[in-house]
Amino acid sequence: MLTGFLQATTDGILMGTIYGLMALGISLVFGVMKIINFAHGALIMLSMYITYVLCGIFHTNPYFIIPLCVLVMFAIGYTIQAGLINRIIDTPSHNQLLLTLGLMVFIQNFALFIWSADSKSIPVPGLDKAITIFGVSISCLRLTAFLIGIVVFAIVYLMISKMMLGKEIQATAQDRVAARLMGIKIKNINAIAFGLATACAGIAGLLITPIYYITPNIGDTFLLKCFVVAILGSLGNIWGALVAGIIVGLCESMTGLYIGGSWNEMIVYAIFVITLLVKPTGLFGRRESRA
Amino acid sequence: MPDTQFTDTILERTMNSSSGTVPVFIKNKQVQIIIGIVLAALLIVVPNFMQAYYVDILVSACLCAYIAQCWNLMCGYAGQFSFGHVAFFGVGAYTSSLLYVDFGLSPIFGIFAGAAVAGLVGLFIGFLSFKYKLQGDYFALITLAFAEMFRVIVTNVGIFKKAVGVSIDYRPDWRVFQPDSKVSYFYIILGMTVVLTVFLSRLSKTKMGLYFVSIREDENAASALGVDAFRYKLIATTLSAALTALGGTFYAQYYLFIDPSIAFNSNISINAIVPCILGGVGTIFGPIIGALIITPISQLTNLLAGSRPGFNMMIYGSLLVVFIIAMPNGIVGSFRKRKTKKGMPQCTTTSVDSADVEEGNER
Repeated sequence: MLTGFLQATTDGILMGTIYGLMALGISLVFGVMKIINFAHGALIMLSMYITYVLCGIFHTNPYFIIPLCVLVMFAIGYTIQAGLINRIIDTPSHNQLLLTLGLMVFIQNFALFIWSADSKSIPVPGLDKAITIFGVSISCLRLTAFLIGIVVFAIVYLMISKMMLGKEIQATAQDRVAARLMGIKIKNINAIAFGLATACAGIAGLLITPIYYITPNIGDTFLLKCFVVAILGSLGNIWGALVAGIIVGLCESMTGLYIGGSWNEMIVYAIFVITLLVKPTGLFGRRESRA
Repeated sequence: MPDTQFTDTILERTMNSSSGTVPVFIKNKQVQIIIGIVLAALLIVVPNFMQAYYVDILVSACLCAYIAQCWNLMCGYAGQFSFGHVAFFGVGAYTSSLLYVDFGLSPIFGIFAGAAVAGLVGLFIGFLSFKYKLQGDYFALITLAFAEMFRVIVTNVGIFKKAVGVSIDYRPDWRVFQPDSKVSYFYIILGMTVVLTVFLSRLSKTKMGLYFVSIREDENAASALGVDAFRYKLIATTLSAALTALGGTFYAQYYLFIDPSIAFNSNISINAIVPCILGGVGTIFGPIIGALIITPISQLTNLLAGSRPGFNMMIYGSLLVVFIIAMPNGIVGSFRKRKTKKGMPQCTTTSVDSADVEEGNER
């Protein structure tokens, strides 16, 4: 009984960190540009395929190609924002939403076209076992993902709060007009923020590549969870995303343990609805600023 | 192909009439009526001589236009952007189908039961969201969450037959809402779309329609001027939900099979939004033009793509992106903007003439 509880807690925390990392990108994009990025799930999926391809080329385990994957994903994100979204950033917001939707459809079917619907996986020799502590078995892959995830959170936090670039991103998020008047190149900052968000999606995708089977529509599974986590953790709040991710992860694993079936999805949506109704600014947001 | 010809004509006419500067050759009211009658006659006669495949396309284009028009009522006019219209669609489809399969109630009555249930669902979602003052993106997300919740509930609860779905026996009979030919189905959905469009164009000129638009443009200002925003947002949501449910029942009766992954597929929500935004949000003909363009395109890419999966939707996705960037105000909006050169288009001023043309279609 206790072991079951501990097991569920561990699973929840490990998976929750990944959820947090996935949601971080959504949170960043919304924080800076006020766009709900529907392509985020598809970008996570794309990163899984990129990892798959790169691993095939270099015959190495995925963790060694993180820098390369981040670079590729950043470039993709930067291009999407600079080439597409920036063109319509000043039009009604439903256009941006629809544009990301179009991108989602495109990326998903691009993957389907290139790699077909057959599920793929990459083996990671040496790490595909589990260690057992107090009767709780912890998968090494998930543990590695958890540790790298925490490191990524720390790096992103330092970038945003300490670096000049991060300050420019913050300024743009707070007030676009004022930021522009201060000489910040808003469109470039937008593109960097989107690139950063995509890179986060990239790392999240890379970290789950050894855990999940890769299919063209796996992004859908994560997209709504990303929204839940990003809203619950307050949009634009980095550590909020981590905390909310862990909360969602725990809720899921607990439902899986005590109720079972596919009801854990229901719990996630219930959290979502309650958050939206009671406090749409999330756990760490101010009460009055309802958008 | 006859239907593309029709598309072109309609496109030309609606653009001309809605832009306010009607060309000389259709300025005469009688001529307009005649053209309308000719168009209606074409629509009624031509499908009888078409292959089943093309009738299929016509039906799905019309259904697409219908759902998009329902979405337009709530989101284009009243400005409450919903991302979960599939919830109403699915509720409508499931209510009528379950009533028919399990209780023997003919879908002719079931369709209204479905609309009633979906209306209640819309009322519930709207009441909760508007009570808590959810707006914009947050409202869109909560509708998405509710739609997903419905899918999970239907997938997991026994009385909804879980993931197995509901199949309706094929029994061509008007009394169970199964016309004997595809063309009859086309007439039904065409009629529904035309009636809804006329209704919308009339509504946009009533006080209620103006209230809707005032809420969309600036809710605080509207409330300050005495518009009961909460009430009118609820009315728009409930009405839109109930109307969408009619489309859901039609879908179930046309394809005779629904399951949670079909009837609650988020693609249906997307299909409601895309034509409307492409054509022009908050315009009367926007959703119809959008649907008439998008459905043939996806069929065409299907043909071109051949056997390799993914290619057609890749093109669809990229076209969507290109369309949005090229025409951020929608087709109707961009056209009007070019004509008047006055910046933002006035979305509500579709002229009386265009409504008359649609009425002509109906006759």
